[in-house]
Formats: sequence, C-alpha cells, structure tokens
Amino acid sequence: MSTVLPPPSKRQRREEIERTQTQQDVTPLLATDLGSFKAEFVDSDGNQMADVIEVNFADATEKNISVLLNTLLGRDREDFTPYRFRIHIPGKDIIVDQYPTNLLGLLQKHGIANPFETTITLSAEPQAVFKVQAVSRMAHRIPGHGQPILASQFSPISSSILATGSGDNTVRIWDTDTGTPKYTLKGHTGWVLGVSFSPNGGKLASCSMDKTVRIWDPETGKPFGQDLKGHAKWVTATAWQPYHLWRDDTARLASASKDGTVRIWVVNTGRTEHVLSGHKDSVSCVRWGGTDLVYTGSHDKSIRVWDAVKGTLVSQLTAHGHWVNHIALSSDHALQTGYFDHTKEVPATEEGKRQKAKERFENAAKINGKVAERFVSASDDFTMYLWDLTNNGNKPVARLLGHQNKVNHVQFSPDGTMIASAGWDNATKLWNARDGKFLKSLRGHVAPVYQCAWSADSRLLVTGSKDTTLKVWNARTGNLSTDLPGHEDEVYTVSWSADGKVVGSGGKDKAVRTWKN
Amino acid sequence: MPQNEYIERHTKLYGKRLDHEERTRKKAAREGHKQSENAQNLRGLRAKLYAKERHAQKIQMRKAIKQHEERNVKGAADEKEPTNPVPAYLLDRANPTSAKALSSQIKNKRAEKAARFSVPIPKVKGISEEELFKVVKTGKKVAKKAWKRVVTKPTFVGPDFTRRPVKYERFIRPMGLRYKKANVTHPTLNVTVQLPILGVKKNPSNPLYTQLGVLTKGTIIEVNVSDLGIVTASGKIAWGRYAQITNNPENDGCLNAVLLV
Repeated sequence: MSTVLPPPSKRQRREEIERTQTQQDVTPLLATDLGSFKAEFVDSDGNQMADVIEVNFADATEKNISVLLNTLLGRDREDFTPYRFRIHIPGKDIIVDQYPTNLLGLLQKHGIANPFETTITLSAEPQAVFKVQAVSRMAHRIPGHGQPILASQFSPISSSILATGSGDNTVRIWDTDTGTPKYTLKGHTGWVLGVSFSPNGGKLASCSMDKTVRIWDPETGKPFGQDLKGHAKWVTATAWQPYHLWRDDTARLASASKDGTVRIWVVNTGRTEHVLSGHKDSVSCVRWGGTDLVYTGSHDKSIRVWDAVKGTLVSQLTAHGHWVNHIALSSDHALQTGYFDHTKEVPATEEGKRQKAKERFENAAKINGKVAERFVSASDDFTMYLWDLTNNGNKPVARLLGHQNKVNHVQFSPDGTMIASAGWDNATKLWNARDGKFLKSLRGHVAPVYQCAWSADSRLLVTGSKDTTLKVWNARTGNLSTDLPGHEDEVYTVSWSADGKVVGSGGKDKAVRTWKN
Repeated sequence: MPQNEYIERHTKLYGKRLDHEERTRKKAAREGHKQSENAQNLRGLRAKLYAKERHAQKIQMRKAIKQHEERNVKGAADEKEPTNPVPAYLLDRANPTSAKALSSQIKNKRAEKAARFSVPIPKVKGISEEELFKVVKTGKKVAKKAWKRVVTKPTFVGPDFTRRPVKYERFIRPMGLRYKKANVTHPTLNVTVQLPILGVKKNPSNPLYTQLGVLTKGTIIEVNVSDLGIVTASGKIAWGRYAQITNNPENDGCLNAVLLV
C-alpha cells in the first residue's frame, strides 16, 4: 500500500494561489541594452595589441571577445587562436584571472557603479590551438614488471611508445595503442631510477642504482654502445642536450649522481666530456637548458648552473634552507619534444629540424621579446624559488610560499604561463610563472602528491599520489576534472604524452596503467 | 644461599667498615696475581674447571675489546639501502613511519582464502555469566527482586548511550570500567597506535556479551584507523578496521589489541 500524502496545508494553498495570480518579473532575463565599454587589448608583456574598440556588455562573453580580437588582428578564420583574458579593474591594482559570465556584475562588485564608456584593459593570453581531452578511463593495465615502477616517460615521437624503469632492474618499452609489451631492456644490475628519451626520440637513456647509465635504441630494443661507467654512487637523474645544440653529430647527456658529481657524456663514443664536481652532497636533479647551461639541484641546499661546453661553474644559488628536490625549466616541454609539435609535421632536413627545435625553444623561453629561460626550484624547506638568470642574475624573481610540507615536484606548463608544484602536504598548487604569484590550490589527494604532469595544451594537470589515485585537474578553474582510481598501491610516476592522448602511470603495484579519454 | 638480603640490611643499618674502599681496591689489585697463581698451581679437576672458566672469560674480554676498537674508528657509516625499490626522490629519506605498508599487505593476505577468517588468538577461555554478572538486589523483598546485573568486566559503550531509567535497567555497565580507546599494534610493522574504538564486533564467549560490548581477551573490536591513512582500492580512506584484544583488560587497566591484516 502506498503512502497517502497529507493534503496541502492552508499556508501552502495560499502560497500556491498567490504564485498563480502574480506574474513573474522577467525583465532581468530579457536581453536589454546593457550599454557598452571600451576594450583595450594588451598582450602578456603589456604591449597594446589592437586599437581600443567599443564592445557591448550583452555580447561580452569570453569567446566573443576572443573572436573579436582575432578579427582585429586581421587573422583568417582558420588561423584563429583562442585567447584567455585577464581583466584589469580600471583605477585599481586588481587583476581578475577568471573571466566572469557577467562582466557588468563583476565591475559593479569592484565598486565601479557606472562602467559604461570606461576603458577596460584586457590582457590576452593565447591558448593552445588544440585541445586535450581529460583522460577519464583506464585503457590498459599492463603487468610485466616484477618490482615497483620507478620512472616513466613517453617518446616525443608518438604517444604509443612508453618507457618505464623498474626496481626489477629492467627498462621496458610498451605499446600503449594495443597495451602490450614491446621490449624488455635488460642490462642494469640495480633498480632503474630514471628513463628519458632523447629529444629526437631516437635514443633512450636509463640511470640506475648500479652506478651506470645505459643508452638504448627504442626502435629495436638493443643497447646502444657500452654502459656509461664513472659515477661512484647511484645515478639519480639524466638530462639530454637539447636538439638544437647537438654538436659534432652527436648528442650529449648529463647524469646526476648521489656522489655529488654531474657527468657530461658524449653519447656516440661513451666518453666523459666533463665531470662537474662541486656539490657537496647527492645531486637530486639535473636539467639541460636551451642555452647550453646545465642546472643542478642538490641535497647540499644549493643550485648550481654550469656551462656545458666549457664545463665551468657559471653561478651558484644558495637561497634554499634545505635539500633541493626538483628543478623545472620554463622551456622543459619544448626541449623534451625537440622538433615534434601538435601539427605532426617533421621537417625533412637535419637543418630544418634544428631550426624548428630552436624556434620552439625560443618561443617557449621568450619574455618581452628576449630569450630568457626561467627555472623554478622546489625544496624540502617547503618553499620554491623562481629564477631568471638573464634578467635577475643571482637574485630570485620570487619566493613561492604556501606549501605546508616538503615540495617534491614542480613543473612549468608547456605554454610557460603557470607552475604546478606537488608536495607532501597532499596539495598541488598552481602559481603564475611570470611573477610567482599564488593562483590556486588543488586539494583532493589524501596522501603526499609525488608527481604531476601537464597536458600539452596547459589546460589540464594530472597528479599521482601516494593515496593510489591519479587526479586530473582543470588548471583554469582549479576543479577536479576526473578522479582516476585503479592503482592498487602508491603511484610513483605519471606522465602525459606530448600529443595529450594518453597518460601513463606506474607505481608500487608493479603494473603499468595507461589512461585515455 | 642466604635466606634474606641480610648483608645489605646490615650495611644499610650500620654502614660499611671504615677501610672498605681500601680493602676492595687491594683485592682488585691482587686479582691478577691470584689468577696467575691458580693457573700455575691448580691440579686435576679444579685446574680443568678453572681453565674452562678462564677461557670463557677471555672470549668475553676479547669481544669487549673488539667492540671498543670498532667504536673508536671514525668513518662514514655504511649506507643502508631500502629493501623495497623506491623512486629517486624517496631515496635518502627517513622512511616516514606510516602504516601504509598495511594496504598492500592486506591485499596480499586477502588473496589467500584460508587466511580470511584466521585471527591471532584462535581460542579463548569462555566466561560464564556467573563470572561476568554480579547480581544487584533491589527493593525490600530482596530475594524476589534479584533481576538486576552489574557487568564486572570492562565494556565499550557507544558515545550516544544514555542509561535507561532505573526501573528498566537490567544491565549496569559501570563508568569506571568503560573504555574508549585501544592500543592497537600492527603485527608486521610493529607500530603501536592508540586508536578510538568504534564498536564491538564479536565477543566469542556469548552473543549477549557482544551486545553489551564486553571487552575480554579475544574479543574482536572495530577501531578507527583513519589516522593511519590506509586507502581502499577505490581511493577512499578506510576508517574502520577490526582488531583483536590480546590482553586481559580487567587485569591491566588498558586495552591492547592487534590489527587483523
């Protein structure tokens, strides 16, 4: 027997009658003439892009304004670049990051009672012309490794090649399209701590607890040359020389070790070119910049910058109060992917490839029309520093305060506008890469966040954590886009392929997982 | 054998001889001579026993000397590498003493079906109702109104419990014997944490005891493990886990339990 609802009370009946008798006021819903404002477009360096133009408030959605700006710049419809706008509140020192749905309301909220006919400055940030879809499902779970997976990287050539290094002393190459193992690269006698593809995708370097670095050919799965011996303790990280800097028809590789030295190897001959010694403790991170500078961070609290050609120390930065855990360059993405970009057009000649790789680097590192590579260092002292050696010298641009525990991993977005940092305080934080201002905190993990990776279009961020989940975040709104449970244990490594199609992750549960949309 | 510590008593009462220090020093100084004399002059079984004793002493002495020598050596302590593979960024870090190893262990354990129902203390002594309950006699007609019972063992009482009116309260659980927290040990990690109790899952003696929340040895309780940061396969924080009581709380005044992994 179903429950019989009691009849409506007298009050309810009265309200019902009242509602039917009065007409709804729909005037605010109707699009009336809201008036207009004058829009001034500036680029991220503050230069005016187009003439000031009058825009109707009713039409002032972000998409419309983006189209308007493209038209003003005289572009063809095919070449339209999507823009994001930051709004400078006139007469105040406030910049609103998020474009609101109701621009008029926002201005009125900031005390501009009558915003009509005022000039509003909109700084336009170009967005990637392609869009990466947030990964939402596990595509494959590929068992194979016998021990936890410690490192992973996608080939810059395509998202179908994923390399992982594991505690079972092997490096494995997987085909992510079919979810099958491709090659097992055996040779190391200790855990493989890091894997990295060369910027042209032709070689794979792996570093290990057995104090050696090995080079492999990912096409055939065969070792390339001898193992590179020389370090006295385990090798923590490697960095390839950027493609446009390759000299004498050979690539070079920098490897950082626990013994406090960094070695630069000539890959084709296996010879040590330089031994960069000076750090007093384990070198935790090494990066090779696009201007032939090698950046190293160490457990002795210092960051050192070396000239890779001469093998000399350029500068020593001692701002951190504890171990330096990680360093990220503003041009990291461009350098790692070399001459590959979203158009999938590979130049035919060697010259063209170098030219393109150089152009991509310069685009990524350019600030105010000047190539200035920035880098950010994350430390155990809960802070990060943003450095710009060309403009600021040995003084940091900003100190990034906000984490409440050790910062483990830091990453520039591929377009160089944002910095993501992952820490032991279970939070991932987003920072403005230009001035180091705090933007957003991405909360949701319940255990330390070990790694994070940006999508190629800089709109999404994936984080892997000790709490066994991956989470995809919308970098713009700071909202959780998708939660990806599925790992059975801690996630040690996560990477997003250069074309944004696949996310690969590995961890303590020994199985590689790939995630797709 | 002395029947009592009468010598200590005497020294406490009357103090030591005035030349006690001098005598002990001299005795110690002569020790070497005495040993040498014994070693040279003892014959037969005594010599044998003496040699054996001396041999053992010398082994101990050499060991002690070696230890002292090792202590004096200055140098880098040999680095201990972690046994489980960890990424480069976790190397050199003092392993946070988290009970995280739990989850993988639990998973491995669950795979074995036989282990699913095994508990650390499989057999416990049953407790009779006579032992557990004390009869409270109320009212004038004492012999008739003996229906009220006091629980004599420790109990767990939920946070929102209110006592019933006196007239209807059949079981009284004394305030002094109520427990809210248990010292829970993780068996493989050897970590002991004090955790709040969520409930009594099963008292093996009697279902009635389970209902009353009686805590005796072997009782399965549910504890709040959210502090330990254990995560389920779907990424949610696990917060309730079962543990078995390993001590006799009524004797010890505390509650020790071992987590069921």
